Amino acid sequence: MNTLYSLRDVTVHYGGRTVLAVDALDVQRGEALAVVGPSGAGKSTLLRLLNFLQPPTTGEVRFDDLVFSAACTATLAMRRRVTTVFQRPMLLRRSVEANVAYGLRLRGQRDCAAAIRTTLAEVGLAERAHQPARTLSGGEAQRVALARAMVLRPDALLLDEPTANLDPYNVGLIEQIVARLNRDHGTTIVLVTHNIHQARRLAHRVLFLLDGRKIEVADTHSFFESPADPRTGAFVRGEMVY
Amino acid sequence: MIGGFHEALTLISGGDSQLLEIVLLSLRVSGIALAISTLIGLPFGALLGLTRFRGRRLSVALVYTGMAFPPVVIGLFVYLLLSRSGVLGSLGLPWLPKLFTPEAMILAQVIIAFPLVTGFTMAAVQGVDPALRLQVQALGASRWQTTWATLNEARVGVIAAVVAGFGGIISEVGAVMLVGGNIAGQTRVLTTAIVLETNKGNFGLALALGVILLCIAFIANVIMLHLQGRSFDE
Repeated sequence: MNTLYSLRDVTVHYGGRTVLAVDALDVQRGEALAVVGPSGAGKSTLLRLLNFLQPPTTGEVRFDDLVFSAACTATLAMRRRVTTVFQRPMLLRRSVEANVAYGLRLRGQRDCAAAIRTTLAEVGLAERAHQPARTLSGGEAQRVALARAMVLRPDALLLDEPTANLDPYNVGLIEQIVARLNRDHGTTIVLVTHNIHQARRLAHRVLFLLDGRKIEVADTHSFFESPADPRTGAFVRGEMVY
Repeated sequence: MIGGFHEALTLISGGDSQLLEIVLLSLRVSGIALAISTLIGLPFGALLGLTRFRGRRLSVALVYTGMAFPPVVIGLFVYLLLSRSGVLGSLGLPWLPKLFTPEAMILAQVIIAFPLVTGFTMAAVQGVDPALRLQVQALGASRWQTTWATLNEARVGVIAAVVAGFGGIISEVGAVMLVGGNIAGQTRVLTTAIVLETNKGNFGLALALGVILLCIAFIANVIMLHLQGRSFDE
C-alpha cells in the first residue's frame, strides 16, 4: 500500500467555530477506513474535504502528489478521481440508466452502455434500467447512487452514512458491494457511519472523531478490542453521552 | 362571445391577409422578445438563485420591481429613450431601434419579459435541493455543468418562467401601443388591433381578434403542459 491522502494540520472553520482540526491523517491506497463519532464530530466535513468540495481553512490535503489547500484549489481532473455517495441518494429526474451514466457523460464519455449494464447488474438492478429513478424504493435508489459512483471507477469512494434508514436486506447488499469494490478493484473506501458494527465489518482501520478532533485511528481489531483512548472505549461501548 | 368565435373562424378560414399579417407580426415581435429575454433571463435567474455576490440583494429587488412594473410605464420609458429628443434617440445611433417600428416594440417587450423570466427562474432553481448540487459536484461536474444540471432539475419551473414571460408580452397593449403606434401593416399587433376595433365599435371583429389571441395563449400553455408533463413522467 502507498499513501493516497495525507492531511497535515488541517482545520475547517465555520463562522468563527472550528468544526474540524486534524493534525495528521494518512489514508492508504486500497484501504477501507471507517470514520465514526457522534453527530457534529466533523465526519461529513472531512468527506467534503476529501472530495475537494470544501477547502481547508488552514493546512493542506495531499492527494498523490497534488496539493489541496485554501490557496491551492482542486482542479476538475483531481476532483474527478474521487466521488461521494451521500446518505440521501439524490437521484436526478431521469431513468435509472441515465442516472448511472451521468458521471460518465460529465466526463464526455458517450459510449458507456456496456459499463452501465455491468454496473447495474453488480448492484442487482439490471432489470430496472429504464424505470424512472424517482419511482424506486429507498434501498434501490441508494444502490443506483452507488452504481452511479462505481461506474466511474474512482481512486477513492467516499460514503456518507450510505445505509442509514435502510432495511437490513439493502444494508447487507450495499455492504457486500462496497467490500467487493474494495477487495476486487482496490478502490480506497472512506466510510462515515454511525453504525460501529458496520465499521467493524467493512473497515481495515477506524478513525474516531469527537468535536472535530481526531481522537484515535487504529486498525479495526485494536480499535474495538483495545482502544488507546478512554473516550474511544466509551464510544465503542455505547457509554458516551452526547 | 359565440359570435366572436364564429367571426374568428370565418376570418381564419377566409385567409384574411390583413389578419394573417397582424397575427404573424404579433408572433414575430413577441417571439423575438421572448427569445432575447430567455437568453438573458435564464442565466441571470440562475446566477441570482445559485450564487451570492455583492449587489445580489439589490438585483433581486430590481427584478421583483420589474415583475410588477406596469407595461405602459415601460412603454413610456422606452418612448422617452428612443424619441428624437430622447436620451438615446438624440445620439442618432444607427443600431438603435426607431420609434414606431417592430424593433422598438421588441425592445419594450424584452424589458417587460426579462424580469418575469429572471424572477421565476431564480425561484425555480432555489427550489432545487442544495444537496443535489453537492451530489452533482461530487460526481465531477464543473461549475457550468452544475448550473445546467440545476436548471434541468428545475425545468418545470423554468418552463413556467418562459411561459410567464410569453403571457406577459403577447397580451400586453400599453407599451406596444406607445412605442409602435399601431400603424396598419407595420406595427399593428393583435392587442392594439383589438383596442382600435373596439374604439371603432367593431365589437365582433375585436372579439374575433380576442379569440385568436386566446387561442395562441392556449396553444402556448398546452405546449408548456406537454413539456412539464414529460418532466414529471421522467
